[in-house]
Amino acid sequence: MSKRVLMKGNEALAEAAIQAGCIHFFGYPITPQTEVAAYMSKRLPKIGGVYLQAESELAASNMLLGAAASGIRAMTSSSSPGISLKTEAISYMAGSDVPALIINVQRGGPGLGGIQPSQADYFQATRALGHGDFQVLVFAPSTVQEIMDLVYLAFDRAEEYRVPAMILADGMLGQMMEPVVIEKPQTSAHEKPWAANGHKNVRKHNIINSLYLQAEELENRVVERYRRYEAIKAKEQRAEEYLMDDAEIAVVAYGATSRIVKAAVKEARERGVKAGCIRPITLWPYPTDTIVKYRDKVKCFLSVEMSMGQMVEDVRLAVNGAAPVEFYGRTGGVIPEPGEVLDKIMELGR
Amino acid sequence: MEKLTINREKCKGCGLCVSVCPKKILRLSEDGFNSKGYRAVEVTDIDKCISCAMCATICPDVVIRVERAER
Amino acid sequence: MSVIFEKPKALCDVDTHYCPGCTHGIVHRLVAEAIDELGVEGQTVGIASVGCSVMSYNYFACDMIQAPHGRAPAVATGVKRAHPECVVFTYQGDGDLAAIGTAETVHSATRGENITVIFINNAIYGMTGGQMAPTTLPGQVTQTTPYGRDVSYSGNPIRVCEMLSTLDGVALAQRVAADSVPHIKEARKAIVKAFKNQIEKKGFSIVEVLSTCPTNWGLSPVEAMQWLRDNMIPYYPLGVYKDIDDKQ
Repeated sequence: MSKRVLMKGNEALAEAAIQAGCIHFFGYPITPQTEVAAYMSKRLPKIGGVYLQAESELAASNMLLGAAASGIRAMTSSSSPGISLKTEAISYMAGSDVPALIINVQRGGPGLGGIQPSQADYFQATRALGHGDFQVLVFAPSTVQEIMDLVYLAFDRAEEYRVPAMILADGMLGQMMEPVVIEKPQTSAHEKPWAANGHKNVRKHNIINSLYLQAEELENRVVERYRRYEAIKAKEQRAEEYLMDDAEIAVVAYGATSRIVKAAVKEARERGVKAGCIRPITLWPYPTDTIVKYRDKVKCFLSVEMSMGQMVEDVRLAVNGAAPVEFYGRTGGVIPEPGEVLDKIMELGR
Repeated sequence: MEKLTINREKCKGCGLCVSVCPKKILRLSEDGFNSKGYRAVEVTDIDKCISCAMCATICPDVVIRVERAER
Repeated sequence: MSVIFEKPKALCDVDTHYCPGCTHGIVHRLVAEAIDELGVEGQTVGIASVGCSVMSYNYFACDMIQAPHGRAPAVATGVKRAHPECVVFTYQGDGDLAAIGTAETVHSATRGENITVIFINNAIYGMTGGQMAPTTLPGQVTQTTPYGRDVSYSGNPIRVCEMLSTLDGVALAQRVAADSVPHIKEARKAIVKAFKNQIEKKGFSIVEVLSTCPTNWGLSPVEAMQWLRDNMIPYYPLGVYKDIDDKQ
């Protein structure tokens, strides 16, 4: 049974998790994602779940570590400054192969920054979500409906590969309301024989640990994890292609920004410039293959972001010198208007 | 079976057991080391042991197993 | 012959990495004895903290999770909330519990989180080589208080049990010591009670065990026990600071 409802992005993040079987949530208030916590605090006690407000983001993410290490689907949610604090537990979860979901509804930074939408945590999400050699699966929805779909996928893939996963949203997506069809996820939770939830005298004790004092042993662990990352890169890249068939200018944008870009691309075509949009849905693994497919066909790439230029580096890595890669961005919580993006496309189209 | 079973290989030679034995029948080996390089504990006169288990209670390394003769 | 004393089953049959005479080994054994006595090894999840006892996950036979520094009570909270049927304990040193993890300690306590906390107070950071801890005594020489802890400069030690005993969520806050056989027997009783409280859903129970660090104190194991008695017990008096059973 599916039903169609009008929902805020933040509420969809929460409801999707519940639909996916995540009934344990550890939160700490921060704008612009607080509705996730509010929604969970209302729903979870009614369905036998746990909403717990932690004393800090550090504590919330470590509660997540504990719950996820004990084998259940669990998540936490925050916004940029809070995510910085959560990176401690994220690194430990990555290092001890614990799957869990972390949501970042991005706001402007650095520091306390602002509370308006931003995509300035791209580097953090894809390069450095904590110390050490590791990656986190990063999904970037662009509609409220896609939030639902990607939350399901994130839980599933996190468990399949035993890695933490992140939904990288932004304040615009979190706050916007759209119709959503709520359908049950197609997949159910994976078996977790490694979980620490009591050996019940039927198996040896399970140890969830990230400490390896012998250098070679730690190297082996990390290398094994990177083999999984290679499999993820081969199988899990996702991107949407919009009007790319005959495109001469490939505008690359993710999340809420892609909505603005699509409007600008359409307008550009009406003005005679063959623009198209590549929208990365996974930010790690980055959909390099999609960029590669077009790098010899288009005249140039244009990365549009709500940052000073972060994802553009991944576009350049994928293009590898085959075409010029331009950048246009606004930051600090300023949302680019379709007109400014259009101007940039038209400039490149001349 | 002896009243004390000492796993000398586990012993780190800390001497805490020696310090609490009320019968003063424990000492650290004076002639050689275990494979860890410690002077392991040894019993000088097992007949004097009263199976009080004070040695085992203070031992940080579960070196000593204590038994008592049934009466 | 009847067995008076042997290795508890909840303790793995492995050599520990602890220095000779370190009381961690004693307290590990007491925790394992409590788990055996209550027959809960199969449902117990232990949370190892960062410090000398980090590798306790190799020593306890129950399931174990290694937490980031100071976060053991938060990790324990996650496990316990997900699995209320599990018996969840943390094993933390003074730097972990009373410095970097103060917020997690205080808030898990005030929430009345139904977990058991074993707190090793040896007045020093052992693993990193003997630096000042939140519980380092006034005047105590450590690697980072080479002239002795000057409280007007470095601040005062924290008396954890006294502090936590003011919180409503706490079921048991008791300080014991591992310096002598009678004290170790007391400690054993307190630890059993702290686990039993959890099984009976009474809330947060903490047992603070005054412990030694012969290596970083620069004393022999036997001298360290005497130093604990002469210096730590006067500053950190043993006793029950809170026991909700006493009120009833």
